Amino acid sequence: MIGALELGLLYGVMALGVYLTFRVLNFPDLTVDGSLTTGAAVAAALITAGQNPLVATLAGTGAGVVAGVITGLLHTKGKIDGLLAGILTMIALWSINLRIMGKANTPLLREETLMSPLRDAGWIGKTWIAVLIFAVLVFALKLVVDWFLSTDLGLAIQATGNNEQMIRSFGVNTDGTKILTLAISNGLVALAGALVAQYQGFADISMGIGVILIGLASVILGQAVLGQRTLFMASLAVIVGSILYRLIIFFALSVGLNPNDMRAITAILVVLALLLPRWGFLKKIPSLRDRGNRRPKDPEPDAVASATTGVTVPAAER
Amino acid sequence: MAVTSIRGKALAFAGLAATAALALSACSSDGSDAGSESDSVSVGISQFVQAPPLDAAVAGFKQAFADAGYVEGETVEFTEQNANGEVPTATTIAQTFAGDDLDLVLAVATPSAQAAMQNITDVPVLFTAVTDPVAADIVESNEAPGSNVTGTSDMSPVAEQIALVTEIDPGAKKLGIVYSSGEVNSEVQVELAREAAAAEGMEVVEQTVTNAGELKQATEALGDVDAIYTPSDNLVVSGLGSIISVAEERGILVIGSDAQHVEGGAAATLGIDYEQLGYQTGEMAVRVLEGADPATMAVETQGEFEMTVNPAAAERFGFELPQEMLDRAANVIE
Repeated sequence: MIGALELGLLYGVMALGVYLTFRVLNFPDLTVDGSLTTGAAVAAALITAGQNPLVATLAGTGAGVVAGVITGLLHTKGKIDGLLAGILTMIALWSINLRIMGKANTPLLREETLMSPLRDAGWIGKTWIAVLIFAVLVFALKLVVDWFLSTDLGLAIQATGNNEQMIRSFGVNTDGTKILTLAISNGLVALAGALVAQYQGFADISMGIGVILIGLASVILGQAVLGQRTLFMASLAVIVGSILYRLIIFFALSVGLNPNDMRAITAILVVLALLLPRWGFLKKIPSLRDRGNRRPKDPEPDAVASATTGVTVPAAER
Repeated sequence: MAVTSIRGKALAFAGLAATAALALSACSSDGSDAGSESDSVSVGISQFVQAPPLDAAVAGFKQAFADAGYVEGETVEFTEQNANGEVPTATTIAQTFAGDDLDLVLAVATPSAQAAMQNITDVPVLFTAVTDPVAADIVESNEAPGSNVTGTSDMSPVAEQIALVTEIDPGAKKLGIVYSSGEVNSEVQVELAREAAAAEGMEVVEQTVTNAGELKQATEALGDVDAIYTPSDNLVVSGLGSIISVAEERGILVIGSDAQHVEGGAAATLGIDYEQLGYQTGEMAVRVLEGADPATMAVETQGEFEMTVNPAAAERFGFELPQEMLDRAANVIE
């Protein structure tokens, strides 16, 4: 249970990255399946080479930033469809990650990592101390993301996600805002990868597979519970969603569900998280049904973005 | 969705969560009651992915307990968990086991063994189906593991297996290998295969795949090879059929690295029997439960390798197995 919370918090960093592209920029970025492993691979390779774990973690984050920039360039300058640009970078990263590590699995079990002090003290997996430390760190990161999104540049990014044409007409370089968001997003994802590798004790080439789904599930689950009315709540919800996701996996395992059913169960839970609040709520309060009916097919009109930017996008234009 | 109120959503979700929690707690209490009724030993089994060799190893492991006099459900309780190939889930399983009141943990395949080694420190951990436990950092050395973790390695006698190629087809000059770029165990074997093939005067052609769907194409891309060697690679095992079908079309001999490959259509192997390996691990586990110290128990490999042949499969590739080989075979697949 405590372990699931720890893992959920670490993956929460990844979910923050997915939130930036998926919700804020409205860009389905599949790069993350590769960049999570890139962060882990770079950190693991440097740590086994004797580098300071903090430097290694930062280098892993930097490698993720580069991956994000590449996807961004492919999409904006190369005019490649966003989904495809992400897939291309993700596929290439498989080979690059193998090159970085030199093999498919780099153990860190006996290395000095960022987690070593916590582990040596017996705090990980058994006590709430590591949970608390991770929570503080992830919350701090969340606040930085919140702050960044409220700067002029951040507002331009949000507006890019809301209505690209409009914000471009205001003189914003939307190519720039997209590349920047992808860079930050994948930097966060790679940071998560570097942390998770040190936490679990090894980097593995397959650790990023399906991570985009976990990220999306976290964003959707969390925002179903906490909502996304304000920027603060929206990004907090993402972290809560990541923890919820891990808890669901944990409980499913504890109950002894067939592992082959796990993915279907995850999918069903996310669908429930999306549907139940709407259905249950709309039945009770008729006055809101009208609003629900008006924009039924658009689950993510970014109320957050429009609220904070002050840019109101008429539904008809979307 | 953005316009609905936070409280409404929270209520709906809380209701869902509460129902789920009730259902979950009901189920889990059932499970623990069964375990605590007798003074049986409880063994957690953490398997990385469902694959025939790994399933066989687990079956062998349990058989060793049965043969040592343990009765499943009475004197031994197995809690089986499968990470479904997902690394974070392997960690979660290891952590769950660390928190449960278990007497011993079996970790099957490298990522699960690494996760168990990292998270479980106060209960003996036995691993199996790990090709190179030292390279994976699971043990300090094969002779003296040094902690609560020991087990069995599934390192194949690669050189002896490659020698089978020239025994069946003395004229073989080119050996093809298809393997997953995502598995360390395969890399280790391919490296050994390169050396062995060089010693036999053969050239090696390699192709790597990232998922089982790519196997057919990769096998075709090997081109004009005389024989194909299939390493004990999870992807290769799961997609063996596509390698075999290409080989049958083109008349290429396929030599496997374990008995499952021969059952699946390869011509022959001299190798690991995963059920046997699991059994060996089970015997080690029983010794640990009786008081042996894992820290000083050397990592075991299979001492004797068994020849498994499939004459019908060899025929489909256009080869005949030498009589001498058939005489040595312990298992003949009909």
